[in-house]
Amino acid sequence: MVETQYRFRDDEPVTDPAVTVDSFGDQTNAASVRIEPGDDARELLPFLDRLRLVEVNFPSFGDGRGYSSARLLREAGYEGELRAVGAVFVDQLSHLRRCGFDSFAPNAPLDPQDAENAFNRWPDVYQATGDGRPAIWSKRHG
Amino acid sequence: MYKYDSYDQEMVDVRVEEFRDQTRRRLDGTLAEENFRPLRLQNGLYLQLHAYMLRVAVPYGTLSSAQMRMLGDIADKYDRGYGHFTTRQNIQYNWIKLEEAPDILADLATVEMHAIQTSGNCIRNISSDQYAGAAADELIDPRPYAELLRQWSSFHPEFLHLPRKFKIAVIASKTDRAAMRLHDIGIEIVKNDAGEIGCAFYVGGGMGRTPMIAPLINPFVPLDQLITYSEACLRVYNRYGRRDNKYKARIKILVHEMGKDEYTRQVEEEFAHLLTQGIEPPIAELERIIPHFADPAFDAATSDDLDLSDPDFKLWVDNNTVAHKAKGYVIATVSLKPVGGIPGDASADQIRLMADLARDYSFDELRVTHAQNIVFPHVKKADLYTVWQKLDAAGLSTANLDTIGDIIACPGLDYCSLANARSIPVAQKIAERFKAQDRLDTIGELKLKISGCINACGHHHAGHIGILGVDRKGVENYQLSLGGSEGADTSLGTITGPGFSEDGVVDAVEKATNLYLAQRQEGERFLDTYRRIGMAPFKEAIYG
Repeated sequence: MVETQYRFRDDEPVTDPAVTVDSFGDQTNAASVRIEPGDDARELLPFLDRLRLVEVNFPSFGDGRGYSSARLLREAGYEGELRAVGAVFVDQLSHLRRCGFDSFAPNAPLDPQDAENAFNRWPDVYQATGDGRPAIWSKRHG
Repeated sequence: MYKYDSYDQEMVDVRVEEFRDQTRRRLDGTLAEENFRPLRLQNGLYLQLHAYMLRVAVPYGTLSSAQMRMLGDIADKYDRGYGHFTTRQNIQYNWIKLEEAPDILADLATVEMHAIQTSGNCIRNISSDQYAGAAADELIDPRPYAELLRQWSSFHPEFLHLPRKFKIAVIASKTDRAAMRLHDIGIEIVKNDAGEIGCAFYVGGGMGRTPMIAPLINPFVPLDQLITYSEACLRVYNRYGRRDNKYKARIKILVHEMGKDEYTRQVEEEFAHLLTQGIEPPIAELERIIPHFADPAFDAATSDDLDLSDPDFKLWVDNNTVAHKAKGYVIATVSLKPVGGIPGDASADQIRLMADLARDYSFDELRVTHAQNIVFPHVKKADLYTVWQKLDAAGLSTANLDTIGDIIACPGLDYCSLANARSIPVAQKIAERFKAQDRLDTIGELKLKISGCINACGHHHAGHIGILGVDRKGVENYQLSLGGSEGADTSLGTITGPGFSEDGVVDAVEKATNLYLAQRQEGERFLDTYRRIGMAPFKEAIYG
């Protein structure tokens, strides 16, 4: 079990083991799910009301499918924990945050100072991604 | 020209600090090369055969004189006194030290430049028509839309780790000068029957080992939905694009395998959803950007006459200038293809000279073309002779634009770690063979393009004559193709037959042009004759 190194939530962490996307629909008592690369996050949309933890597995630094999965869930109104697990490195942190991830369980622990810098890297952002940060264009035009 | 505001400046400044930090972690060993690689690539830094190569972005190919001067100064300060202009309107330096790369980015940031996303599996620099804002035939200036896309695509958190690189071009002229349909997304700004401006989206074009011409997937996306539609196109690609095989990972393969109709259906579905998400900048943002690209203060009283009594000057005017939308002005192109030179290379002194000429004679503006040349977009006819004399004195007056001497070539095996064969010596030998000016003029427009491997950075698929270098049992071998085009009549070349040695391919090109001269009808370019008579007679002439 990989440790969650960063968590930006105040609620109690969910301790249930995550089930696969395939089986989540049938396991009506499950509250946590793990999205593997290639899974379609849209299959979870009918079950958002009982979903409390979504883990998204990043198999490698360069596999960016998880970013889209995260945004899709947030856009659909999912408010539970969204955890990036696997090949999670310092230089992805701010982008993962922007896509809606609010907890991080990297395979190898991140250097605290480097991670701190990375989370706070960008004072402004060019895009609206649903993370609540105003895009630069919105600041320009009030 | 677009001027940064404090937000834009902050973004490039933060990027410099981020990259400085990443480089520090790489050099102290905290960051493994495996994970540093995608990060340095997103800053345009490649590890080549001999050194690092840095590719600097020139958004939509537009530069101010101060920016151009900085490019010359960087060539002197950090490289070996020259730079190489690329087929995506950028510039690259081939002899860079990793530890100096952050300082180069810092220098670039002082003139509102950067190397953001000039490589890597992300949205690359947005390219456009090199004559934008000056051409007589454009609907409107496409660059404000390219700038809007530049900001949207810079550090887009969802699309920094796509299956493969992603290139977007924006044009607003039926005469396509940007090879728009050979891009992952090609956007043509169009006017509909109601007189409204919008965007036609072509998706899934590209060169590489499987060249494809992008199909039209939406003929009219309203301007206030441009970003949302682009985001939908990218999201469907990020979801389904192949990651198991990098040679099948470009969006062209997805659109081809999924089918244009199914891809389009999914994009439209995603688009309908994203329209509810409030991700589109307001029209006010476009209205803020557009005045940055307003016409310069053209002199309405300037003379429309041009004294062509100097025959060398006349030759250059005939070959290297085109009509401007304003009376008394021309668009002048500086060919970076002198005989014996390396296509697209310019020395630091030449770069600075072009900067000075742009400041004094072209309203402070230059353009980089995808054919690896430099454009002065707004030159008074009254100043043109002076400009030409100064170029001539610097070895920059080669009068061969769009002729067989104006060759596009990738760096090839002389620099590139991906290449199978050298490109530059082949380009040099062809230029040498055809160097007689009357010969260039007789043959007329002939776009010859050379790639040193199947990745096709030299655009050989789109050459009227294309040459592809391959490795055959350890020996460089060159395949010849005919009939490609990148213009409004985009087509892909067809291979003539068995390949050639380096000298053999030069002979084959000569045989092909001889046949064209013998067969052409009044007013036909090489491409037109080829399209009329077909491959068979060329094959006969080349191999017979």
